[in-house]
Amino acid sequence: MDVTTSMSTTHDTTHLRDAATASSPTVVSIENVSKKFVIRKDNSLKERLVTLGRAGRRHSEAFWALKDVSLDIPAGSTIGLLGPNGSGKSTLLKAIGGIIEPTTGSIKRRGRLAALLELGAGFHPDLTGRENVFLNASILGLSQAETEEKFDDILTFSGIGDFIDTQVKFYSSGMYVRLAFAVAIHTDPDVLLVDEVLAVGDEAFQRKCLDKIREFQQQGRTIILVSHSLGQVQELCDRAVVLSKGEVKFEGSAADAVKNFRDILEGRRVAEAEAAAPEVEATPGHVTKTVVHAEGRAPGAEIQPGDTIVVRMEYSHTTPLEKWHSGFKIETNLGTQVYGTDSRMLGLDHAPLRGTAAVEYRLSDVQLGGGPYFVHSFFAQPNGAHIAIQRQAARFVMADDERASGVIRISASARPVAP
Amino acid sequence: MPMTTTTPSTTSAERFARLEQETMVVAGQPSKVFGGTFGIVREIFAHRQLLDLLIRRDLKSRYKDSALGFVWTLIRPITQLIIYYFVMGQILGAARSIPEFAIYIFSGLTIYGLFSEIIAGSTSSIVSNGGLIKKVYTPREIYPLASIGSALFNFAIQLLVLFAATLVTGSFPLHLDLLYFFPSVVLVLVYGTAFGLLLAALNVYLRDMQYLVEVLLMLAMWASPIVYSWNMVANGLSGTHGWLLQLYTDNPVTLAVLGFHRAFWTGGDASHYPDELLLRMGVASLVGLVLVYAFHRVFARLQGNFAQEL
Repeated sequence: MDVTTSMSTTHDTTHLRDAATASSPTVVSIENVSKKFVIRKDNSLKERLVTLGRAGRRHSEAFWALKDVSLDIPAGSTIGLLGPNGSGKSTLLKAIGGIIEPTTGSIKRRGRLAALLELGAGFHPDLTGRENVFLNASILGLSQAETEEKFDDILTFSGIGDFIDTQVKFYSSGMYVRLAFAVAIHTDPDVLLVDEVLAVGDEAFQRKCLDKIREFQQQGRTIILVSHSLGQVQELCDRAVVLSKGEVKFEGSAADAVKNFRDILEGRRVAEAEAAAPEVEATPGHVTKTVVHAEGRAPGAEIQPGDTIVVRMEYSHTTPLEKWHSGFKIETNLGTQVYGTDSRMLGLDHAPLRGTAAVEYRLSDVQLGGGPYFVHSFFAQPNGAHIAIQRQAARFVMADDERASGVIRISASARPVAP
Repeated sequence: MPMTTTTPSTTSAERFARLEQETMVVAGQPSKVFGGTFGIVREIFAHRQLLDLLIRRDLKSRYKDSALGFVWTLIRPITQLIIYYFVMGQILGAARSIPEFAIYIFSGLTIYGLFSEIIAGSTSSIVSNGGLIKKVYTPREIYPLASIGSALFNFAIQLLVLFAATLVTGSFPLHLDLLYFFPSVVLVLVYGTAFGLLLAALNVYLRDMQYLVEVLLMLAMWASPIVYSWNMVANGLSGTHGWLLQLYTDNPVTLAVLGFHRAFWTGGDASHYPDELLLRMGVASLVGLVLVYAFHRVFARLQGNFAQEL
C-alpha cells in the first residue's frame, strides 16, 4: 500500500508513535473530489420565475471550491490543511465530515468522527449548559448513558463550574466555546476534524486543548486540522497538505508543507504590494534599497545558523542633511520584533547626506529559529524621529531547526537523571 | 486505570485493528449502506435518542422564560374556539343546524391544529436548525420529524381538553366510533410527513415557502368542514357538481376532520358524513404513503446541498 510507505518516510521524530503506525489502515479516502458552488443573485420566488431557464444562468456564477482533490489519510496520523483564505480548506473538512456533498468524486471514511467546525453551533441559547451538553453529545453520536457517564469529565474539562445550569445565552463567548470543545473531545472519536478553533479561550485552556490533542495522538486517533498558525501545524502535525484555489499544491511532511505554503503567501504578498499603487511619499527622504544576504551564500538562499548576515541599505534625501541615523529591525511574519539596531546605538556617526548614501550592517553568528523574517529599514533625525521607513523592505528565511521550535536557537541536550 | 483519564484509553494498535474491521462508508450519506428510503427508517431508529432530545429542546425552548408556559398551547385553540363558537355559531347561526356546536368545532380544530403545526413546523425545521446541519452530519430527516414530535405533544394536550369538554357538556363519546380517532391521526401524520419533508427541503432553497405555507394553511382550514358541516357542502354541490363534492370530500384533511367528528362529536347522524368514510380514509392513507416515499426521494436529492445553502 503506497499510503503506508509515504507515512513511514515522513514519520516525525517529535511524536511518540507506536510502531503500529507502519501498518495503519486508511480512515479517510478522498478520490478526485470536486465541489462546485453556484452563487445565485436571485433568491426569491419571483426573481427565480422571472429569470427561469437560460436567462437564469446569467444570474448565477459557478465557483469551484475544490478541484480534483485526492488524498488518503492513514489512521493515527495528524494532518494539517494549509492554504490562504478561500483556498478550500474548510470545504474539504466539511466534505470529510459529510456536511457537504462533493459535486463529483467520492469520500469514504470509517470510524467515529467528531467535528470541531463551528464550535457551539449546535447550542441552543435558551437551554442550559447541561441540556446542551446532552444534545450536542447526542448529535456527535453518544448515547444518553455514555454522556451521563462522561458528564463530570466534560464539566471538569470545560471549567464552566456552577454555570452549567445557566442558559447558554448568558455565557461569555469563551465559556461557550470551552463547553463545546469539552463535549467534542469526550465523544471518543477515531477521527477528529478541527477547524481554526484551537485559538480560543485563555492561555490555560489552550494549553489544555493542545495537551488533549497530544494525548489523542498517542492513542492513535486521527486528527485533521485546519490552522493558520504555521507554528502550530509544524508542532502538531506529521503531514500537511497545501491547498490553493481548491487544488492540492503540495503534500508531504509538515515542515516542507509549511515552507511551500510560505512561498505561496510570499508570492501573494509581493503581487499585492505591486498591485497597490506605489505610494509616493511627500517626504524629502527615502530608503531606496534594502538587500539582505548571508555572507558566502547566494542572495535569497536559506540562511544557516552561524552565518553572517549582511544588511545593505541605500538612502536618498532631496535636501542636504547634516546629521542623521540609519537603522533596521527584524520581525517575524506575525510582526514580533526579534532584533533591531541603529547607527546611534552602534556609535556610528554618518557623514552629512548629500543626495544619496549607503550603509552596510553585518550581523555575525546569527542563531535565529527557522522560518521567514522581514527587515524594516529606516533613517532618522538625530532626535530619533523617522525621516523615512521602508516596511518589509527585505525578507530572508532561516533554515528550520530540526531540534527545536521558536525564534532563537540554543544548543540543547537532554539526559535521564535519577528522580 | 487512573481516575484522571477521561477517555477509554484504547491503544493505537487496538484502535487500528478495530478500524480495519470496519467497512468504509461514503461520508455524509450512510443511508446508502441500508439502501434508500427504507434504510433511513433504520437509521432514524438508531438516532431515536437524538430525536427525543430534539423534541424536548423544541418544547422546552418554546415557552422558556414565559410565566404561563404550556398554558399558551391551550390559549390559542380555546380563543379560536370561542371566536368561532360565537361568531359562526351564535351570530351567523351555524349552531342551529349543528347540535353540540362547541364540541364539533373543537374536535375539528384539534385535528386540523395537528396538521397545521406539523406542516408549519417542518417547513422551517431545516432552516432553523441550520447551525446543527452545518456542524455535523446526522440524517437530516430527523429535523422535520422532531417538529412532528413536538406537534404531537401539543396535540395530546389539546386532546385532553377535548375529552374534558365532552365530559362537561355531558356528551362523552362512549361508542365504537371513537376508533375513528386512529385512522384520522394516521392520515394527518402520513400527509404531514410527506408534505413536511418536501416543504422543509424546498424552504432551504426558496425562503418564500414558509410564507406560502402560512397562506395555504389558512385556505386549507376553510376547505375542510371545521366551522361548518359537511352536509351544508353536500347540499350545495349535489346533482350537477357531484365530482366537485367527491374532490372536496377526498381531501385528506377533510377526511381526517370528518373522522374526528365521527369519533368525538355525538350530535351527528348519517347525513353528516359521506358514505364509505373508512374506505376513503384507507385509500387516502395508501396514496399518502406513496407521497411520503416520493417526497422523501426529493428530500434526499436536495439535502446534499443543505449545508452550503443555509
